[in-house]
Amino acid sequence: MSAAIEVQQLVKTYDKLRAVDGIDFAVQPGEVFAFLGPNGAGKTTTVEILEGIRPRSSGEVRVLGEDPWVKSRALQRQIGVTPQDFHFFPKLSPREAIDLYSGLYGVPSRAKEILERVELSDKTDALFDTLSGGQRQKLGLALALVNDPQLCFLDEPTTGLDPRARRAIWSVIRGLKAEGRTVFLTTHYLEEAQLLADRIAIINLGRIIATGTPSDIIQRYGRPERLHIVGDPALADPLRQQLDLPVEVQDGGITVELRAKGDALKILNWVASSGYSYSSFSTAQDTLEDVFIRLVGASDQVHIEEPLENHAT
Amino acid sequence: MNGRRIVSYFVAFAKGYIRNPIGLFFSLIFPVILILIFGAVFANTGSSSVPLYVENLDHDSAGSLAFLSALNHTGAVQVLVVSPDSGNLSTYLANHSDTAGLVIPVGFQAALANKTPVNVVVYTNPSAASQTGLVVGAIQGVVNGFNLREAGGSVIVSSTFLNVGSQIYSYIDYLIPGLIGFSILTSPMFSMVNISSTWKRDKLFRQLSLTPLTRAEWLTAALIWFVVLALASAFVMIGVGRFVFGAHVSVQGWMFPYLVAGPVLFVSLGLVAGSISKTPETAAVVGNVILFPMMFLSGTFFPVSMFSPPLQDVAHALPLFYVIDGLNAGVLFNNGAGALRDFVIVVGIAVAFFVAAVLVFSWRED
Repeated sequence: MSAAIEVQQLVKTYDKLRAVDGIDFAVQPGEVFAFLGPNGAGKTTTVEILEGIRPRSSGEVRVLGEDPWVKSRALQRQIGVTPQDFHFFPKLSPREAIDLYSGLYGVPSRAKEILERVELSDKTDALFDTLSGGQRQKLGLALALVNDPQLCFLDEPTTGLDPRARRAIWSVIRGLKAEGRTVFLTTHYLEEAQLLADRIAIINLGRIIATGTPSDIIQRYGRPERLHIVGDPALADPLRQQLDLPVEVQDGGITVELRAKGDALKILNWVASSGYSYSSFSTAQDTLEDVFIRLVGASDQVHIEEPLENHAT
Repeated sequence: MNGRRIVSYFVAFAKGYIRNPIGLFFSLIFPVILILIFGAVFANTGSSSVPLYVENLDHDSAGSLAFLSALNHTGAVQVLVVSPDSGNLSTYLANHSDTAGLVIPVGFQAALANKTPVNVVVYTNPSAASQTGLVVGAIQGVVNGFNLREAGGSVIVSSTFLNVGSQIYSYIDYLIPGLIGFSILTSPMFSMVNISSTWKRDKLFRQLSLTPLTRAEWLTAALIWFVVLALASAFVMIGVGRFVFGAHVSVQGWMFPYLVAGPVLFVSLGLVAGSISKTPETAAVVGNVILFPMMFLSGTFFPVSMFSPPLQDVAHALPLFYVIDGLNAGVLFNNGAGALRDFVIVVGIAVAFFVAAVLVFSWRED
């Protein structure tokens, strides 16, 4: 089956600024693909090019097999979009908004069903300007579902929402995946991407700096698993000599980088028999957020040595 | 163009508009307030007479009383006799903020009887030019009549006065077409300037561009709404004018072409003004700069013929002038040729602005 989205050497420039600088990626049908990056990295520009509302400067883009800028009208019937910071007509209610979209798409209105799905049934007839931020985002998501789309673009759908509202939107995204729909998700919440996405691309300064599954990326770019012992700092030197592992003294304890599966058990046995005092121990592994911060930081360092006008700011 | 999409969007647009008190106020209530205010202020413009304070120093002689009676019968002035003990009439008028006075001298009766010259003194206020004209005209007419009678002459040239146009009976009849034009201007202009700038900021056009609705369908739905609003506004104003002020203007065929072409013109102009502005704040300024001179210089409240020649030239450069002039020609004067000429001009301007709006108004990003 061909990819739902294919992007090759995509470039978008604004005067001298290269907001998107030759990126490549593909999104397979039915997968949740998270597109991550700091502010100004080129995420929204890329999403808008894929949605067909912004022209590209060069490169190839195919969405459901079509060029989105040329075939935007045909694609609109097959895609659903929740824009970043969703706004709507202030004096329309969620039910009226869905009725409007149903009329525009020429499909029967499923207002009740869709509003139940996004947990907005209690605000069916409330005017948009009386809805909270989370309720507005839910309506944005609801409108993206009116035309029963194959592919959904969700641009930061949970930004600024409380944990309960975020979880409601996560539940809808999981439902979309379960129905076999493709989801292209941009988000600032790395935890969200790690929980929901099948694959991830990280963009910084207009360039993709990492792609893969969340676990792949953590494994490839993260630090090894670590054992943290809260105890006597004098443990550090004997541990280094006995086990030949990197040991750091920090945060009122000792952190040992693990290299093999049995290392943690070996260390704990040695500490128990050594006579040094300790109060607790725990293991830690890099999260996607740790990896993201390190990758973006490293990417900034690399790019600083190049002419700045080549990159988004 | 898809009719179902236009209807769907029209319904949503209309609901949004009706639920917005500001939009509804400026569309329907504000013109009614204007008609009530202007109608009340100028309600008696056509029939009121100017108070004329008279100091009769000839002590109620038959000749002086006949002169004053003749003045009263002109209908242009209302004679109000002041006691000769009131002192200098000029001072009296100034103290009472009155504008016109007449002094009949001692010996007026005797002069008439002896056919010797006698002079009445008239006081007027140059700042009240229209009232002065009425007073001077009335007194001059009565003086001439007395001179003719005393000279034993007879009337050779007489005159009959009729109204211009079949519908003009009072100022309110002139005001109603002007305020219909005002309404055709303000609702679409205010709304489209606001919509085209704030919707861009709030990314509502972006949102709509992601649906199958096209720009042409969006514009068509908006145009239909403003035509409906202009029709409603026209009916309300004619109703208020007739019911409250007894106006004689009625719904006539020539109104309808203007109630369609006018909104097209001003929706397009508003869209251009809003689209070329970078922020909603700039758009509001641009919109007001276009709107306010047009509102007051196009003959909305007073005939353009009352303006100075340079201002008349300015008025002739304003699109609203042709809407109001055409409505006046068609509705007040039964002047089909004039109404058609103005309508052609309105359509020409509307087409030009519509093309400009289509060119400058985009809802996809660059």
